[in-house]
Amino acid sequence: MAGPKQLKIFYVALSAVVVIGAGALLVARGRSGTQAAVVAPAPVDTESFPGHVLGSDSAPVTIIEYADFECPACGQYAVLTEPDVRKRLVDSGRVRVIFHDFPLNIHRNTMAAHLAAQCAGDQGKFWQMHDQLYFNQSRWAYERRPAGTIRGLAAGIGLDLGQYDACVNSGKYLARLDQMRDESAARGVNETPTFDINGKRVSGHIPSFDEMRKLVDQAAAAARK
Amino acid sequence: MTHRMTAAVLAAIGLFVSLYLWLWKIGVLGVLACGEGGCETVQLSAYAVILGVPVAFIGVVGYAAMLAVCLFGLHGAAAERPGATHILLVLSGVGVAFAGYLTYLEAAVIHAWCRWCIASAVIVTAVFATALVGWRTLASSPSPRTSP
Repeated sequence: MAGPKQLKIFYVALSAVVVIGAGALLVARGRSGTQAAVVAPAPVDTESFPGHVLGSDSAPVTIIEYADFECPACGQYAVLTEPDVRKRLVDSGRVRVIFHDFPLNIHRNTMAAHLAAQCAGDQGKFWQMHDQLYFNQSRWAYERRPAGTIRGLAAGIGLDLGQYDACVNSGKYLARLDQMRDESAARGVNETPTFDINGKRVSGHIPSFDEMRKLVDQAAAAARK
Repeated sequence: MTHRMTAAVLAAIGLFVSLYLWLWKIGVLGVLACGEGGCETVQLSAYAVILGVPVAFIGVVGYAAMLAVCLFGLHGAAAERPGATHILLVLSGVGVAFAGYLTYLEAAVIHAWCRWCIASAVIVTAVFATALVGWRTLASSPSPRTSP
């Protein structure tokens, strides 16, 4: 059996672990409270917004992507797989892609990024902003105040910054984004990225181009029947 | 009983690591400190939940159980018996196997590394090693009940 002195040293060590651990959790909790500045949602017509669309309306296959701009896996897909999907499947008229915003509550800066992309959409540059946000994800995702970096990306794709600032500051699309998040959850999406390819759901991993092409071929064949 | 004390301190550290990941998973903590973000890829993957239970919560329960067994085995009659060490050996052994499976998933399936998960795997392996040493020590020393 351990002696009293040994037990005393043990309990001091254990107490130190508990104090340090609890303190670290409290600090982490405090940091979580430092959210990116967002203004109150303004009313907006959200009735029929399906998400931003890329590709021909007559394409036989529709891919709905549920994604979060701060999600690293979504970023990997956007950087590694999506360029090939666009070049080989969208540009050829076989596929149209719908980006369905799914800003996850667990991400501190994601709402600012989604709002910026929606505002870029006002100027017809949603997809350019989409690409900038993903390709530069590591620059803004971990910042305490990401608005400046994201605004820099907006400037880089040639947005009218006066119009952009007015849109972001008004929180014009926050209600839409909240609704799209709720819709995503209501459709049973519980992780990002998730893809619905003509109704067939793909999630839980980052699909390669070959996998996407195979799934698109299958969906197109089914659509022809 | 030094091995039980060592294992208790290790289990307490593991408990906080799991607690951190679980609190993030359920949305209490908004940001996961993880360098390049591999933790989020792992934690948001389909493998981060088993039968509806977050893997991190399984870690919380496992480490809490190991800590409880160690503390129980330090006092009273339990301190004189090998039972606590045997239970600790089984619990940490299961933990090592589970951590090995999760590490395999990170390497071969998810293709992303979560530093906190690796830290947890190292901790549970250290608990197991400590329990193993304690078990061998107990096995080689004469039982107090049979001593003259």
